[in-house]
Amino acid sequence: MPDDRAVAVLGVGMHPWGKWGRNFVEYGLAAARHALADAGLSWTDVQFVSGADTIRNGYPGFISGATFAQALGWSGARVSSAYAACASGATAIAAARAQILAGLCDVALVVGADTTPKGFFAPVGGERRDDPDWLRFHLLGATNPTYFALYARRRMELFGATEDDFAAVKVKNARAGAANPNARYRQEVSAEEVLASPMVADPLRLLEICATSDGGAALVLSSTDFARRHGRGDTAVSIPAVSTVTPRFPQTVIEMPNFATDSAVAAAAAGAVDGPAFRRSIAFAAYEEAGIGPEDVDVAEVYDLSSALELDWYEDVGLCKEGEAERLLRDGDTALGGRIPVNPSGGLSSFGEAIPAQAIAQVCELVWQLRGQAAGRQVEGARVGVTANQGLFGHGSSVVVTR
Amino acid sequence: MAATKTRVPAVEGWFTTDAGAPALLGSRCRSCGTYAFPRETFFCRNPRCEGTEFDDVPLSRRGRVWSYTDARYTPPAPYVAADPYVPFCIAAVELAEEKMVVMGQMVPEVTVDDLAVGTEVELVVDVLYEDDDHQYLVWKWRPVTVGSGGSGA
Repeated sequence: MPDDRAVAVLGVGMHPWGKWGRNFVEYGLAAARHALADAGLSWTDVQFVSGADTIRNGYPGFISGATFAQALGWSGARVSSAYAACASGATAIAAARAQILAGLCDVALVVGADTTPKGFFAPVGGERRDDPDWLRFHLLGATNPTYFALYARRRMELFGATEDDFAAVKVKNARAGAANPNARYRQEVSAEEVLASPMVADPLRLLEICATSDGGAALVLSSTDFARRHGRGDTAVSIPAVSTVTPRFPQTVIEMPNFATDSAVAAAAAGAVDGPAFRRSIAFAAYEEAGIGPEDVDVAEVYDLSSALELDWYEDVGLCKEGEAERLLRDGDTALGGRIPVNPSGGLSSFGEAIPAQAIAQVCELVWQLRGQAAGRQVEGARVGVTANQGLFGHGSSVVVTR
Repeated sequence: MAATKTRVPAVEGWFTTDAGAPALLGSRCRSCGTYAFPRETFFCRNPRCEGTEFDDVPLSRRGRVWSYTDARYTPPAPYVAADPYVPFCIAAVELAEEKMVVMGQMVPEVTVDDLAVGTEVELVVDVLYEDDDHQYLVWKWRPVTVGSGGSGA
């Protein structure tokens, strides 16, 4: 693996996920302090703070980097704030990593936190007739679960996925999440309970759709040289790759919040951009940057916005071929103790989504896994992990973590 | 009552309301021929094209279901829901000619049990919501075999 592209993860920290409605800064601050303590560093050692933005908490959310910096106490650290919807955390990590790799700083703090309203996510307020996110609610009544359900139904018709499979994903993730002190939902559920929960967007039921949560997550990143000087050269987990890819033309899979895909006919006439479909390109760009392949991965954290979507990710991050995800699940390969555990944290299924924190939380979990600190949900001997996530409007997000 | 209300599109310039043959209104790039919906007016989606001039074109009125679902719970505002709320289906439909997938509500009488990937549907214009004076219209999909005297299924 090319060491010159790696940054060290010196510290990770989270504020547990839940639903309290408090100021998001409180969650981010707690996560940041945990990460700094885990790194054995002081806030004043941080030279660059990278915030993952939230659009739901007003102006302080839009300028989260500075908001968290002020909460920690103005130190003169340089700052960046990044919004990429669900992928905001990865974009914030990418910004910090680039600063470190460019030699512009040695130590960076990445923070994301959110407070979320109850129920379906709705667009930002006001009458905004040029915003597809506003229009899809107004003209179609298309919520986020609408899109998740379109993928789920297609998976059933193309690959023979069943409602039992989708329920089994929830059962698997709930079992893992029950052992995670940072998870919001810490109770095992049975397949019968999942299948008895109300249908929200056919074929997806209430217990199969990720909730909206409060939470915060943070990372302390450094150059590998700094890690060595800090006595963490041999033990630190590192990040050799971050993918923040956008789709390639033509994008032929319907994505939130769009009304339509690109036209495949136009591609033939006008010349497509070679490459894999968007969701598959996300992790594979990270693999390529890290000089590894999916066969090297020991553990994965993927964005299970719905139980069914987790199956799509098995294929898109390369754990199996297209159409084989159900077999992987049914064989127990992706459960704790299986060949390639997926979402040992419990996933969004056990956390609910705190948007700007979530991609950072995925990395926190992999760091704990690779350090052997994931008590009760440990993937034994894990040395390579990958995260995958996707943000509204065309934001890929994947981070490779190794030790 | 309803007959006296003025019928207006819920969004301007996205579809035509021609009696009998309504259609989505897309754009087609004059430089490279790329279609888009909703219409693009100042950029072409093709990354190898810098076209800035577009023709408005009616899109295929028929297509096949790429996938489908329904909305069992009332969507949040700015959706304007009927009271009491009546669940509806949503389909993503691949247009016959343009090979693009376009979302739309299904007409009210359709349930998920009436649909499958590949079901042929056609575009109609229907009421999305109404107030005291207006009916606000939107495009919806209707199975070709339902309400059109078709012999399918």
